[in-house]
Amino acid sequence: MRNLFALLWKHQFFVLFLLLIAISMYLLTRSYTYHGTIAYNVTSDISGSVFSSYSNIADYLSLKEENELLAYENAILKNSLSSSFLISDTQYVYHDSLFRYIPAKVVSNSVFKRNNFIMIDKGRKHGINEEMGVVSSLGIAGIVVGVSKNYSTIMSMLHQNMRISARIKNSGQLVNVIWDNTDYLFGTVIDIPSHIKLNKGDTILTSGNSLIFPEDIIIGTIESHEVDNSKKLSTATLRYITDFNSIKHLFVIENLMKQEQDSLLSNVIGNDE
Amino acid sequence: MNNIFLKNIIRFIALMLVQVLVFNNMNLGGYMNPYLYILFILLLPVRINGSLLLILSFATGLTIDFFGNTPGLHSTACVTIAFLRPGTIKLLFRNHEFGTGEEPAPFSIGFRGFLRYSIVLVFVHQVVLFYLEVLSTNHFFYTLSKVFLSTLFSVAIMVITLLLFGKRKK
Repeated sequence: MRNLFALLWKHQFFVLFLLLIAISMYLLTRSYTYHGTIAYNVTSDISGSVFSSYSNIADYLSLKEENELLAYENAILKNSLSSSFLISDTQYVYHDSLFRYIPAKVVSNSVFKRNNFIMIDKGRKHGINEEMGVVSSLGIAGIVVGVSKNYSTIMSMLHQNMRISARIKNSGQLVNVIWDNTDYLFGTVIDIPSHIKLNKGDTILTSGNSLIFPEDIIIGTIESHEVDNSKKLSTATLRYITDFNSIKHLFVIENLMKQEQDSLLSNVIGNDE
Repeated sequence: MNNIFLKNIIRFIALMLVQVLVFNNMNLGGYMNPYLYILFILLLPVRINGSLLLILSFATGLTIDFFGNTPGLHSTACVTIAFLRPGTIKLLFRNHEFGTGEEPAPFSIGFRGFLRYSIVLVFVHQVVLFYLEVLSTNHFFYTLSKVFLSTLFSVAIMVITLLLFGKRKK
């Protein structure tokens, strides 16, 4: 035993190197699955406050564009006011709200890495939890993977574990959207049935099948689609509607019925076995 | 002794802030990510204890990972170059005697020497970093071009930093 320790001590440089590499590899490998990203994402108030004090300064540079976007969004919201509609009958319709939108500001963002994350200035204190959907004012943005008291980390659409259930607007066919690109402007639509031919400009929406995103949020438009008749399913290139390189404000979507839907789903799966 | 200690702490904090707030947001042409923070590992005293070198490099990598949401990625790359550093210095500067606390900076090993030294280690760092990040051979040549360009860009930024803030040759 003593000899072993003496040997280890003699080669401490190499032993320590192996140990540190092992620790790094361990950290690295568990971050390579979707659930690993969710389970082990370290979001902290320290990194958050560094980023937010920086973005407080940097935000002044893009005020003009932000104002235009807000005005555009205001117009959409005004259109949906009840006063904008002609009310023909007085029948009372009861709406229970299903989704709640929590506005947030981006404090840090990346688009050029293989796996990209966005950090926002809202956290558990503001009602944010893991696995909530995130949208920009134009369309889809990502899913919350890490939450601290005041900040949250979002796995953006530009992540290799990202997989969104989607729907083709025209035909209603279900497809999936992933990102296996090197370009932050484009995503990939997979699992397209072979009889479907997509044209440039066709819109892809969220399907609403997952409990994370509401139905009919725009993901992007088709850029190109080549049908390979030998395969049952084809893939297409999609241009994201959200410009990930310039997002400043986001909305986190809280599904108010998630608990109920989750328990129903686990009941069904439980009975199945 | 205290002087070296203090100098390295200040250098660590300054390089981390610049890396996280400025260079992590910079990406020329979608290709070139400058990694100035490696300079901290490169400039640690030559006769530093080997274990301390490894631990400091690991901590450096972890800090960058912490801010970039890349657990283990930069720390692997940093520990790898820390492991190769003593051998590289021995190989490149065989005839140079380093005093206690002397850093492998341009004013002691010359600009040409520093250039060779930094290109070797930064290149290894970038190879480990980019291939681990992709973890597939799908975009092999794309990744390779990223490695080359980022290495050149990082070294260029380091040289500029040293010209601005480094000590002059006596």
